[in-house]
Amino acid sequence: MREFGYQRVFDVPDALAFGADPEARYLGGGTNLVDLMKTGVDRPALLVDVRELPLDRIEATDSGGLRIGATVTNSDLAAHPEVRRRYPALAQAVLAGASGQLRNMATVGGNLLQRTRCGYFTDSSQPCNKRIPGSGCPAIKGEHRNHAILGASEHCVAVHPSDMSVALAAFDAVVHYETADGPGELPLAEFYLPVGDTPHLETALPSGALITGITLPPAPVAADSRYRKVRERASYAFAIGSVAAALDVRDGAVREVRLAFGAVASRPWRAREAERVLTGGPATPHAFADAADTELAAAEVLPHNRYKVALVRNLVVAMLTELAEEAAR
Amino acid sequence: MAHSTAGVITLTVNGEKHTLPVDHRTTLLDALRERLDLTGTKKGCDLGQCGACTVLLDGRRAVSCLQLAVAAEGREITTIEGVSDGERLHPVQQAFLDLDGYQCGYCTPGQICSAIAVIEEHAAGWPSAATADVRPEAGPPPLTADEIRERMSGNLCRCGAYVSIVQAVAQAADAEGAA
Ligand SMILES: Cc1cc2nc3c(=O)[nH]c(=O)nc-3n(C[C@H](O)[C@H](O)[C@H](O)COP(=O)(O)OP(=O)(O)OC[C@H]3O[C@@H](n4cnc5c(N)ncnc54)[C@H](O)[C@@H]3O)c2cc1C
Ligand code: SF4
Ligand code: FES
Ligand code: FES
Repeated sequence: MREFGYQRVFDVPDALAFGADPEARYLGGGTNLVDLMKTGVDRPALLVDVRELPLDRIEATDSGGLRIGATVTNSDLAAHPEVRRRYPALAQAVLAGASGQLRNMATVGGNLLQRTRCGYFTDSSQPCNKRIPGSGCPAIKGEHRNHAILGASEHCVAVHPSDMSVALAAFDAVVHYETADGPGELPLAEFYLPVGDTPHLETALPSGALITGITLPPAPVAADSRYRKVRERASYAFAIGSVAAALDVRDGAVREVRLAFGAVASRPWRAREAERVLTGGPATPHAFADAADTELAAAEVLPHNRYKVALVRNLVVAMLTELAEEAAR
Repeated sequence: MAHSTAGVITLTVNGEKHTLPVDHRTTLLDALRERLDLTGTKKGCDLGQCGACTVLLDGRRAVSCLQLAVAAEGREITTIEGVSDGERLHPVQQAFLDLDGYQCGYCTPGQICSAIAVIEEHAAGWPSAATADVRPEAGPPPLTADEIRERMSGNLCRCGAYVSIVQAVAQAADAEGAA
């Protein structure tokens, strides 16, 4: 591991001053960054520890949504009564990730920015376009069982591993940040960049930006939401496919639906096509399957990740069917 | 800008303060084991994947292999050496002994630290991924075997002592609930 400086900061201007160094990284829980530093994938010269910043609150917004600070731990997010009441799929998504120990350490900001678990990315002896632009993508011809089926490119087929982000995508979260030039915000739909031929550029955050928090707009439909994750063992493993779903049904018709998929793309995949064909139509398993098929028609599979299409489709049908049945009760 | 890559820090471990110079790269796990001679905390994977290095930070469980020692300054660190009340074992330790919650014992300090926190998290009403309805109105979930398995899933046991680990956590939770 490269030697590095360590700076603990207590206010945002100090954080930005130290974070301006292009070789600096903000340190949240360190559960991804320290891991990547140990394996030589990231080699910062300075860590700016943000855990003491006053960004650890969850508060109601004036519009009736929630504002969640960037240093709120994953555990506190999932345990918060208003999160569990108004956005249950978000609590479930966070609880489905990592372990109790890691969730106690991990922060909201760090979770958003965690890097892919692609085995070539995390092995610094391998080529990888994301780690070394232009070096190639060995996953396409190699190990890609858990790689993308949507929105990938010939330059990178990695998936974003965050469970939390999938629920945030379904609920139209907005990411707030500060820079030396002032504050800014990015809707989650614009936060993660398309892969294209620049897989090393992952987010639209300006360089040196400090994430200060996220806001969730009010979403009554989210009160009836859930998150389901499929993985290769029962717990403590990354998703091979996941879905966040929310449904509002009246008299057998879909009034509003939210769907986002995880572990299928370089970012949480909001299934807008599926939502569009479902809205106003019948809330039946058949319609749910058709909607999933419409969204997944764009899937481009590789030899070993074909299974994800059926996996996500089946999850969508099962979850929406359950939500519709509960609404009818 | 050149940054200083080492410094003198003070760690509070099991209520005692220790001042030591550290290279910033030192993890809390290595500081405990190699510098403070507290070798109860074990190193398994060193990458956050096994839970052998679990300690309590300000009462909450954490993996010490991904925690930089310098970033742990100012926090109350509790290791397996600090969980008992003098000669009186912690109820979780006692339950692991009573029910053989181990074979080789390598994962055990991490299992016990984790279990102590699991019981507290559950008592505080935290849901888990095994909780059917996470909404607060649903009330706290009973600490079933499924709940224990999910909550303890961050602690791997290479010997596969899981069956008795689950029983030990359940017994300790009962004992503490009764106390
Ligand atoms: C064994 C293991 C299993 C895991 N399983 C899962 C899983 O199943 N599902 C899942 O979703 N995740 C999983 N994770 C990943 C975990 O959720 C992330 O590591 C964690 O959320 C990262 O948060 P952190 O605060 O520790 O980030 P850090 O490691 O501190 O930082 C991560 C990145 O974010 C940057 N950063 C941090 N805070 C800010 C900020 N405020 N502003 C700007 N930049 C910032 C850092 O500079 C760094 O680049 C797992 C991790 C491990 C080690
Ligand atoms: S999929 Fe992306 S991260 Fe993985 S090897 Fe290819 S370029 Fe690298
Ligand atoms: S040694 Fe820390 S989790 Fe394995
Ligand atoms: S008792 Fe041997 S690893 Fe758990």
